[in-house]
Amino acid sequence: MYTLLLCWRYLRTRWIALASVISVTLGVATMIVVNAVMAGFAHEMQSRIHGILSDIVFESHSLSGFQDPQWHMEEIRRAGGDDIEGMTPTVAVPAMLNFQVRGQWVPRQIMLIGIDETTHAQVSDFGRYLQHPDNRRQLSFGLRDGGYDTIDSQTDDQQVATRPALEGAGWPHRRMRVERERAWRQRQAELEGAEQAGAGSRGGGPVRPVDHQVDAVLAETTPAVATAAAPPDELPPTAEAHPPTAPLDPFRAAKPEEEGRTFDPSREQFTGIVPGIGLASFRDSSGIDRFLILPGDDVKITFPTARTPPQAVTDTFTIVDFYESKMSEYDSNFVFVPIEQLEKARGMIDPQTGLPSVNSIQIRLRPGADLDTVRDRLRQSFPADMYAVSSWKDKQGPLLSAVDMEMAVLNILLFMIVAVAGFGILAIFFMIVVEKTRDIGILKSLGASSAGVAGIFLGYGLFLGLVGAGAGLALGLGITWNINRIRTVVEWCTGERVFDPSIYYFSRIPTIVDAWTVAWIIAGAVGIAVAASVLPALRAARLHPVEALRHD
Amino acid sequence: MIDTKRGIDPSGAPLLQVRGVRKAYRSGAGMLEVLRGVDFEVEPAGFVSVIGQSGSGKSTLLHLMGLLDAPDAGEVHLAGQRIDNLPSARRDRLRNTDIGMVFQAYHLLPELSALENVLAPLLVRFSITEWFRRKGEARRQAEALLDRFGLRGRLHHKPRQLSGGEMQRVAIARALVGQPRLLLADEPTGNLDEETGGGILDTLCELNHADGLSIVLVTHDPSIARRADRIVRLVAGRVEQA
Repeated sequence: MYTLLLCWRYLRTRWIALASVISVTLGVATMIVVNAVMAGFAHEMQSRIHGILSDIVFESHSLSGFQDPQWHMEEIRRAGGDDIEGMTPTVAVPAMLNFQVRGQWVPRQIMLIGIDETTHAQVSDFGRYLQHPDNRRQLSFGLRDGGYDTIDSQTDDQQVATRPALEGAGWPHRRMRVERERAWRQRQAELEGAEQAGAGSRGGGPVRPVDHQVDAVLAETTPAVATAAAPPDELPPTAEAHPPTAPLDPFRAAKPEEEGRTFDPSREQFTGIVPGIGLASFRDSSGIDRFLILPGDDVKITFPTARTPPQAVTDTFTIVDFYESKMSEYDSNFVFVPIEQLEKARGMIDPQTGLPSVNSIQIRLRPGADLDTVRDRLRQSFPADMYAVSSWKDKQGPLLSAVDMEMAVLNILLFMIVAVAGFGILAIFFMIVVEKTRDIGILKSLGASSAGVAGIFLGYGLFLGLVGAGAGLALGLGITWNINRIRTVVEWCTGERVFDPSIYYFSRIPTIVDAWTVAWIIAGAVGIAVAASVLPALRAARLHPVEALRHD
Repeated sequence: MIDTKRGIDPSGAPLLQVRGVRKAYRSGAGMLEVLRGVDFEVEPAGFVSVIGQSGSGKSTLLHLMGLLDAPDAGEVHLAGQRIDNLPSARRDRLRNTDIGMVFQAYHLLPELSALENVLAPLLVRFSITEWFRRKGEARRQAEALLDRFGLRGRLHHKPRQLSGGEMQRVAIARALVGQPRLLLADEPTGNLDEETGGGILDTLCELNHADGLSIVLVTHDPSIARRADRIVRLVAGRVEQA
């Protein structure tokens, strides 16, 4: 009983010892915050990856894919049984995206993904990531007549229009652009006529000088960034000016434009595509998204055919929406097109049977189905040398395990901090034992056992550990729960962006406090405090009572 | 009011017996022999003074009797039972239940109040559950002792708020609260002025006469030693009967 009483008294009278647990407090708080933020990031990332990838991906090893997705889907349904909720075929090929910004061609390396517009949103969260509210309900590759979100639909807190450029996107933007292009061409033709009249014939085709002149005029008159909201006379042509006659394109037949009819870009569109938002925009330092191209603009995509050997073909597409999963890897890589158009363009439809080929089938499981069991069932049902069946976790294995690894390393490092705090406790406890030598002698003269004396200091260590860890818990949780408010304050004080949404794509720092992690951190910190008090406690226990009593 | 007569040997044997005790301390390169064969006993309800020069070994003898130290040779018996060679747990127990000690420098625990200091031996004795069961009883006992020594108004003062005489009376109360058979006092008046010291000695005499408590008083002052029934003179580690 005296053990408890004296622990308590020492705790209340020896404030210096509390100084030694401040480092425990800070260590615990840091660990809680770091773990919460890391877990928040990992969770956010996982749910996004999951949202993008569907539950299980069934794919062929070859780029040309496998034939007859309908038959495969029936087989998959037979093998998977009730666990399968939805399926959709996809075709994915590496490709090159080209678009024109202020007269300059900008190439981007992309993954071109053919999707089925009716079923794709059923197997993944694809639909949630689109910018037009109607497309979020049901995707259409037809250009919408305005109404794109100027507010990021995936942020819940700030109702700030960070995308003013999307205000006029869609058909209004397209009509305006085509009008302006026509005006340019007209003026250019006048200039050319004047030039030819003045200087006589000059070499070169009629097209190239035109482009140069348009660019030259653009450079004089256009502002820095193209926005659809800008007045029309300041707006540069943000996509290629389409000549009225079609260029040599073997896949022209797939276009709305037909032989013998003039394609009117102000009323017609090419095949719709949904590029990742990262391909088309960047976020400036004030958090506003600046767009290089908008829904309604036309782009060129070069992709390989399914022939042997594959050949590169180029086709023109119209942007109808943007895809924003907030995973920059995907947002700056993926471009979605209608699957039939891509199959036709790549020559993936068997001319004899009329059956298409696809690269992969995305499978969504019913809620509660076990991912790995279904995956293994599918693996058994299909030959492994032809098909690869993987869950979304398998797909992102390296990334997810890298995050796990990062967390583990961080935890080890931070735990070192708490361990260092342990040495502080050790030193201060030794001093307290020396200071209390006479009292230890007194207790022994009153019949206290060595174990009891050791118990005082062990208990003292335990109390300090609990106090330190408890304060750390409060501090850590306080910081975690107010981290976004703290971020705002720090940003206001330093004038620097602590958490740049243009890098992380999250507008808030995500946090998840896992009770078990917290419990482990607390247990570890208390354990270290107790461990650090073992040596001083042993020393106290082994003090000779007579010598201790003589101590001054 | 203090039960000190329990366990008295019916044969009339001495309460405490020290036989041929030797003790040496390492001092520099050689050994310093402090006690060179001391024989000494305390009868039940006896009051014995041990007197000697500084360094004559009287404090060491007291420590051996109080089981704070073990002799190199010789034996210590309490009520006919040899106690110096007991395992340390038994010795701790015996020190708590049968022996009370008072020191020159009071040796109160500075973090505890007067009352808590008096309760300390009982806190050491009882486990947590036992303590909560007997807390009231122990508290009454301690308060009664402090009351008897005129410290009624000082129960919740910390030692540093008390005078020397008050601290020594708290220390005596602490030595008595566990109802020991033997009180060992090491220069209890050494740090006090004559009047206060006299008061402390009066208290000890009264405890001896009225309650029959056996007392061993160690001092260098012959005038104080004379208050006891019997004086044992310690010279150079040996007993010289006066």
